[in-house]
Amino acid sequence: MNDLWNQIELVSEWLSASAQWHGDDGIPHRLLQHLHYSGLSLLFAALIGLAFGLLVGHTGRGGFLVASLANIARAVPTIGLILLVVTVAGLGVTPVLVALTALAIPPILVNTFEGIRGVDADAKDAAQGMGMTGWGVLWRVEAPMALPLILLGLRTAAIQIVATATIAAYPGLGGLGRYIVDGLARNDYELVIGGTVVVVVLAVVVQLVFALLRRLVVSRGLLGSSRPS
Amino acid sequence: MITFEGVTKRYPDGTVALDDVSLECPTGRITVFVGTSGGGKTTALRTINRMVEPTGGRVLIDGRDVLERKSSELRRGIGYVIQHAGLFPHRTIEDNIATVPYLLRWNRKKARDTAHELMERVGLEPGMAKRYPFQLSGGQQQRVGVARALAADPPIMLMDEPFSAVDPVVRHELQEEFLRLQAELHKTIVFVTHDIDEAIKLGDRIAVFRTGGRLVQVASPEDILARPADDFVAGFIGHDRGIRRLSFIPATDAPLTERSVLAADAPVADARAAGDEWTLVIDADRRPLGWASAEVLPASGTVGDARLAPIGHTFDIEGDSVRAALDAAILSPSGRAVGVDGAGRLVGVADQADLSATITAAVAAEAAEAEAVSAGAAAGAAADGADPKDAGSGDRPAAGADGGGG
Repeated sequence: MNDLWNQIELVSEWLSASAQWHGDDGIPHRLLQHLHYSGLSLLFAALIGLAFGLLVGHTGRGGFLVASLANIARAVPTIGLILLVVTVAGLGVTPVLVALTALAIPPILVNTFEGIRGVDADAKDAAQGMGMTGWGVLWRVEAPMALPLILLGLRTAAIQIVATATIAAYPGLGGLGRYIVDGLARNDYELVIGGTVVVVVLAVVVQLVFALLRRLVVSRGLLGSSRPS
Repeated sequence: MITFEGVTKRYPDGTVALDDVSLECPTGRITVFVGTSGGGKTTALRTINRMVEPTGGRVLIDGRDVLERKSSELRRGIGYVIQHAGLFPHRTIEDNIATVPYLLRWNRKKARDTAHELMERVGLEPGMAKRYPFQLSGGQQQRVGVARALAADPPIMLMDEPFSAVDPVVRHELQEEFLRLQAELHKTIVFVTHDIDEAIKLGDRIAVFRTGGRLVQVASPEDILARPADDFVAGFIGHDRGIRRLSFIPATDAPLTERSVLAADAPVADARAAGDEWTLVIDADRRPLGWASAEVLPASGTVGDARLAPIGHTFDIEGDSVRAALDAAILSPSGRAVGVDGAGRLVGVADQADLSATITAAVAAEAAEAEAVSAGAAAGAAADGADPKDAGSGDRPAAGADGGGG
């Protein structure tokens, strides 16, 4: 109990020190770097994951391939992937982005695919039977109905990215991982814990943002009887 | 008119869903496809809007092959209702109904106004416009499904078991309203069901399919009941088809009498004088009040003073069939059925013997007619070597009143 209290004190001291709020090593700058890597990776992962998930879910072809690829991708260790890309492509932002994107594709792809595939067959049949084209069925019926799952995939991916982007510090890049990696190297636990807390807070914020997004973009009709009008 | 010309659907694995089906679905009428599951009735329906494309033969709408038209455009001109309604859960009721108008790029206001009109038409409260499908009961959802199919006022409606997923009471309601709606709209309707009762109730014509996608018989409901083409159809209709046929004999044919009918203010002595065990008591407006048994008649005063036994149900001589009249007679304490007019005023009473005579006469008349027809058909069959099943599927007018929808 005392240990915990000490750590809270350490963190709050660290957080309130004015050095943490200015300059290249300050939290705002590191946070921006972190968000920069995370945002770009999420964007790439979303483009790839959504495109294939929508396509495969809609056509119903290649579902097995999607599931297998996603499982393989999940089994690849992120840090190993970074080291591999660094070896091949050299130091820089690219290996980090590649690794984070690869990490984020499976949840987006699988959830999108499952969401589209799970759309009520009667609704699809009715949509087609009333004269919607293939694209019409996808955009007007399947995608909106799959939206809760698609958002879940994006949220899972975003949280994983935000948490994992700390490894960008290994190949010498910035971001919130700097505090953790440098702190470990210097045996400066105040720094490690402080950095960790900031990352955790960021993950919670991402969670909240997606909860808000869900309220804004998902039709009330899909949220079910738990929320009667 | 929708025409099937030798339509066959054979899947790559060799399964035959439709086997050389030829029939016509007349404009403005309800054609019911009925049969066992796997009989191809739904496949047949789906060839009309190209949800299934035949591997042989043609489907024509007003003489034009459906394959000539772009499928999405063809479908926007054909109403489509399916078993579980298939509503879009993410859209409000009004936007569900306006689906086809939106596809046809009507402006939003016109589309929604149409949706609101249709909601009223199919018996949905205006307050439901902004609700979502999950907030509606199964019966209400099915009404939305029908309204959605009607939204762009298509001349043709395809309905695939639309009422089979709701409970019997709601189904009965939906069927009645469907017939009322059709009486106003006169759509060309193809209706699929596995329920022969529903087929007989709703169909102007019934097409019976059997396993393997073969069309066995096309005829009016009366003809199917009177002369099933083969054992399969007879078995499918069931053993009480004789009773069902009574539904097609109008009650106007029943002989009605005024025997033992007295006004409530008539003296008890009149009832005793008649000497009948039961006396029907009516009010000054000729509305039946109840049956007075000879045993409960008071010593003096009027028949209205007696403790009256309830009538049970009456039958409407205009709208009801002999089946309803017979049912009323059987349930009546006196064994006599009370016939009333549209306003509920007494026309006359008939006992079971009277009704039985009516039935005998009607069946005999129909049999004589059938004999004449089958003699003609046999001559035709001999001439062109047609399949004997065609004998029962002739296009001649239905016997009796065209009350198939009643």
